[in-house]
Amino acid sequence: MSQPTLRTLRSPLGRARGMGSAKGGTHHWWMQRVTSVALLPLTIWLVFGLARMPDSTWHEATAWIGRPFNAVLLLAFLAAAFHHTASGLQVVIEDYVRGETARMGWLLAIKGICALLWLAASLAVLRIAV
Amino acid sequence: MATFTLPKNSTVGEGRTHVAPAGAKNVRSFKIYRWDPDGGANPRTDTYDIDLDQCGPMVLDALIKIKNEVDSTLTFRRSCREGICGSCSMNIDGLNTLACLKPIEEVTGDVRISPLPHMPVVKDLVPDLSQIYAQLRSVEPWLKADTPPPPDGERLQSKEERAKLDGLWECILCFCCSTACPSYWWNGDRYLGPAVLLQAYRWIADSRDEATGDRLDALEDPFKLYRCHTIMNCTRTCPKGLNPAQAIGEIKKLMVERQG
Repeated sequence: MSQPTLRTLRSPLGRARGMGSAKGGTHHWWMQRVTSVALLPLTIWLVFGLARMPDSTWHEATAWIGRPFNAVLLLAFLAAAFHHTASGLQVVIEDYVRGETARMGWLLAIKGICALLWLAASLAVLRIAV
Repeated sequence: MATFTLPKNSTVGEGRTHVAPAGAKNVRSFKIYRWDPDGGANPRTDTYDIDLDQCGPMVLDALIKIKNEVDSTLTFRRSCREGICGSCSMNIDGLNTLACLKPIEEVTGDVRISPLPHMPVVKDLVPDLSQIYAQLRSVEPWLKADTPPPPDGERLQSKEERAKLDGLWECILCFCCSTACPSYWWNGDRYLGPAVLLQAYRWIADSRDEATGDRLDALEDPFKLYRCHTIMNCTRTCPKGLNPAQAIGEIKKLMVERQG
């Protein structure tokens, strides 16, 4: 049988067991579900909130963000949204990117960008609200 | 990146056509993937025109007729011809299923047959399953208990405990589901796939087994378990009507439950 792609003589069981279990993954999977459920009411609230002030001035918009109730929900929305984005993109990378170095590089880049965007957006809300 | 196109030496060309005998009235074309490891040639699709009036009702009947009467070089696995052994799993009309359970009349137009997708091919319709068998072995699909069985009988289960195994024990390991799963295509070297995870859950759900924690430990891994994205191809394709996606979901629920 010709198998041009066969580059290992390790037994199939050795390959199947591989490096064993990483003893992780549940937290990532569960938080993806938790953030998606949290984003349902938060997104609906945000869409309705924005839809109610299409013609608002800068002062009206900042006043709306500055209200403690709105500011807290906005911060919660940003945390859930960026966490969900980062964990979702992580799944895409793990699914399709080959090679440990490339995979690690992509994961660090995505998490770094999402963390920075989340911090910047949260700082904007806090500067208006506080 | 994951490879989405066939390598050059795997692209499928046109093959030979075997016409039906003269006078045949109820003719159907079977377009079958052929690959011979010895020739060095690319795979090809051979066409066999079969008189259905002289053939049994299932796709496997046609394959056996072709091998017996038309082309003895056609290679495929089969044994029980009644959906119990799981040998004749293959892709028929775009869906993985058992040739012995697939009626020819369920297929409209030509009957296209290829091996289980994304597995190394040994010859024609025979895939190399050694890796997936090793993955099955790696989840240790047998009863593990420290408590010895009662000296005067077998280990007992309540009716409720036994009922939890329904929908799991019926799996015949044909691997239609795993080879229909895109996650298994892209990451089959690390992801265990629906068939093996259903087998793992079959022992997690067994009240007589005492190694539930060890079994969950072994599966708690971003790749071994969590490559399942509930695509549901497994459940759609299962020729036995089982639901591997639900079994995987039950494993995930137990993973969360044991964390408190």
